[in-house]
Amino acid sequence: MNQLIPPFDFERVFLAPWTQHFELTFWIVLMGFLVATACGLVGNYLILRRMALVGDAISHSILPGIAVAFLLANSRGTTPMFLGALAAGVATTILIEAIHKRSRVKQDAAIGIAFTSLFALGVILISLYASKVDLDQECVLYGEIGFVTPLTQPVVTVGGLTLGPVPVVRMAVVTLVTGLLIAMFYKELLVSSFDPALAFSLGINATVMHYALMCWLSVVVVSAFEAVGAILVIAMLILPGATAALLSQRLPVVLLLTVVNAALSATTGFHLATWLDCSIAGAMVVMAGVLFCLAWVFSPTQGLLPRQWQRTRTNTALSAPEWIH
Amino acid sequence: MNLPSPESASLPATPHINCGSPGEVSSLEVHDLTVAYQKKPVLWGIDLAVPPGRLVGIVGPNGAGKSTLIKAAMGMLPLSSGWVKVFGQPVRKSLRRIGYVPQRESVDWDFPVSVMDVVLMGRYGQLGLLRRPRKRDREIARECLDKVKMLPYANRQISNLSGGQQQRVFLARALAQESDLYFMDEPFAGVDAATETAIITLLHELRDRGKTLLVVHHDLPTARDYFDTLLLLNMRVVAFGDTDKVFTHDLLQKTYGGRLTILSEVAHVVGQRGGSAKVP
Repeated sequence: MNQLIPPFDFERVFLAPWTQHFELTFWIVLMGFLVATACGLVGNYLILRRMALVGDAISHSILPGIAVAFLLANSRGTTPMFLGALAAGVATTILIEAIHKRSRVKQDAAIGIAFTSLFALGVILISLYASKVDLDQECVLYGEIGFVTPLTQPVVTVGGLTLGPVPVVRMAVVTLVTGLLIAMFYKELLVSSFDPALAFSLGINATVMHYALMCWLSVVVVSAFEAVGAILVIAMLILPGATAALLSQRLPVVLLLTVVNAALSATTGFHLATWLDCSIAGAMVVMAGVLFCLAWVFSPTQGLLPRQWQRTRTNTALSAPEWIH
Repeated sequence: MNLPSPESASLPATPHINCGSPGEVSSLEVHDLTVAYQKKPVLWGIDLAVPPGRLVGIVGPNGAGKSTLIKAAMGMLPLSSGWVKVFGQPVRKSLRRIGYVPQRESVDWDFPVSVMDVVLMGRYGQLGLLRRPRKRDREIARECLDKVKMLPYANRQISNLSGGQQQRVFLARALAQESDLYFMDEPFAGVDAATETAIITLLHELRDRGKTLLVVHHDLPTARDYFDTLLLLNMRVVAFGDTDKVFTHDLLQKTYGGRLTILSEVAHVVGQRGGSAKVP
């Protein structure tokens, strides 16, 4: 009889991937970590600015960008695809802002309008012109993290030194630059997210910061997207940051915890996928969700349980006779 | 250049402050300023010259454009007409000399920063790009927190503060900006009595050190005690001048129109304190 859940075998789930398939395991987990880190770091600022769904919008509206780029360049090369997707991402942000600012439509509705329309446009474009080639919406939306290893990807070599498969190296650069940008513009990002009016009076242009953040978000989403697919990108824009925010109330610590969370989600997710033999990206997201639930329930300062416990203790203290006299 | 606008010409009795000695540069000079939201004017032909060292209360009914005026004066809003000068310079060039206290509700107090972080933001204008706050900036921030009696809370998360404490933190941040001209949007809204006293003491101290302060204020009865200068605003400048000259029944009625409840309250206050207003 078939079992619904495969039997758990420590040796097979945790050891074999690292001892027998190191080449595969290492690059997949590293890619998952890099995507989750870059998305999570940028996502923190989206959450703080109450724009969490903009990332979702951008990752969908990339489709028409890719389609147009394909039609213009007539190739599936990485550069035109990347530029097309980037342009679409930035255009989406501008469109959302324009709808929201120049009509009575609220921002969340504007996001919904912009990305569904653009996504549908992309679907039509692809089905009209690109049906002959291997470019369909499934392929564009659901990349597979399992294919980032050197077995299936060209490898970057610099001066005789083998760095790794192209998508992973590209993602590593994007992640590093993300961290660097946040460190460099920490105070500008902080004040323009917290208090745009004060930012203005300090000579920091909040609008410029907004579009700069959106542009970089597009870069992150696009570079992650092609290799790992939309599910991982959209989830990692929100989950690691939201989990970290439950555990600390200091932004630098929140950013650090985001990175820790990314590492945990990627590793545990990979092992979950090995155990259940399921989608790796999906398993990583599920683990990020599990980590969020753990933080939600057990966070020392904001968790459901510690708060409940504290309330009970206060009630007991209040009803204690020596307190009443 | 300084032609009187039609509005001020039609109100010859409106008291206006003389801009001190002729050579003195106004802290804030506003000329023929008009601001519109979606083609509906909110402020109309505002002319204003605030000399240094004044504590100005901006009063007027809801929707009079009080907050809009200070935002427009800082260059945050597009102007339909007119210009603003701060210390004789276009406002963009003088941002360093401007401190700002926004309305307390305008920010998210669950933001993951400490009291110290918020006050340090006041130092950002002095720091260049890529510069972190230094020891000196932290010292200044501590001094400013001490002035508003919030130093013991320096490491608290801001969401754990009461309304009055939040307002004190905002004031400390404005102090840390070390500006010469301050714009404050309703700093007294929703604060406890102790904070209110602390704030007004601080404002007087700043004024006595030669700073210029423009404070949006919603509570007419206290406006008379708090500010040495009043700007009565209702889309236009109804009156601008020394409080004892401007706080009159006629001018207040002009500002508030038919809002009798407020007016009778004012009449009561004016009558009680023996003001210069004619009490009906």
